[in-house]
Amino acid sequence: MMSLRQFAKHLALLVGLIALPVLSNAGELSPSVPKAKANVSETQQCVEPIDVIRKNHMVFLEHKRDETMREGVRTKKHSLVECIDCHVTPNENGEYARIGEDGHFCSSCHNYAAVNVDCFDCHSDLPQNASAHMHTLNNNNPHHKDLAANGSLTKETLDVLTEGDKK
Amino acid sequence: MSPTNSEQKTDQYRRKFLGQSAAVAGLAIAPGIVLNQVAHAKSDADKASAANRWGMLIDTTKCAKGCTDCVTACKTENGWGSVDGKASAEKLSNTEQQAQWIRKVTITDKQTGHVQSLPLMCQHCETAPCVDVCPTGASMKREDGIVQVDKHICIGCRYCMMACPYKARSFIHEKLELQKATAPRGIGTVESCNMCAHRVDKDQNPACVEACSKADHNAILFGDLKDANSEISKELKKHGGEQIRADLGLNTGVRYQGL
Repeated sequence: MMSLRQFAKHLALLVGLIALPVLSNAGELSPSVPKAKANVSETQQCVEPIDVIRKNHMVFLEHKRDETMREGVRTKKHSLVECIDCHVTPNENGEYARIGEDGHFCSSCHNYAAVNVDCFDCHSDLPQNASAHMHTLNNNNPHHKDLAANGSLTKETLDVLTEGDKK
Repeated sequence: MSPTNSEQKTDQYRRKFLGQSAAVAGLAIAPGIVLNQVAHAKSDADKASAANRWGMLIDTTKCAKGCTDCVTACKTENGWGSVDGKASAEKLSNTEQQAQWIRKVTITDKQTGHVQSLPLMCQHCETAPCVDVCPTGASMKREDGIVQVDKHICIGCRYCMMACPYKARSFIHEKLELQKATAPRGIGTVESCNMCAHRVDKDQNPACVEACSKADHNAILFGDLKDANSEISKELKKHGGEQIRADLGLNTGVRYQGL
């Protein structure tokens, strides 16, 4: 006969064995996506609701690419350059992951889903002006508001500088 | 089906006639009031408009021999070729294969020995042969007359390169990375001068024009050929401008003086 203590030990082992695959898979069940530089506004994280942009980003991008390329419309919403500028961020060492590496915003999901992207055969996978980044879609919450708080730029100066972006 | 030559001619005459009568109608309404004034400030949301036709006028007498500032500016702006001795992004292709959006050409009159120097790039034809032959619609002309390649649908067949009488296009043979955000370019597609469409859309001059005036040569004039009051139209009206291979009847957007 098994003592109560032994039974508890076996039970713990059994539970542990059952839980093991679940626990070890926890990290892989959803890919870890690098954080974007800034939210679009205080209330909205991206240019579209997260579930919409996750499902349909390729539709937005394709529509936008034709508008820009063929008709010369240069608005920033849904522009691939803006996506990259905001979403491709450096790691704690200040290094940027390149396309194909799990640390790259696009690759973090695309690698997981095994869906190939050919955007970056022609487009750059890194932001152009990483240091001079200013998210112009972010009307309510310009990300250099911190600078204003530090006294580097007054609110008036900021208003003048960002006037064109607030249309 | 492509129209026959005579159909095309008729089309051109018709277009010319309609254009002229429209101009007369526009002027006749009231003296001093100009209708259909072309708005120059294009907002980001505005589409390229058929009310404009962007063009260049190149004065070969002002173009300095040996100066390649326009070529360097184009390379820097659009990220092709090698600048300041740095290696080109195309490391595997030989020099004849490498991209060339704009080049300097020197011509010598054998009889007189007169030497001329001029930049040659896409001539932004009204009836562009490259647009005619493209099987996918990738080689295209924008409403405002800028001829360019939509690399999203370019299959790299290079028919347009063969059709172009100016040898203005090149093909990317190898994988590239870290392109300019404003000038995406990559393997398997054809490319050429697009008159810096991204700058034109922001009311700026193309990079070559800017570089030429910065070097104090002012040999390239950029502007709207459809706006009678633009500097380029006035200059063309006053002194005229030649097309290279005018015999082809392509009505190029790039014109030359002093050839």
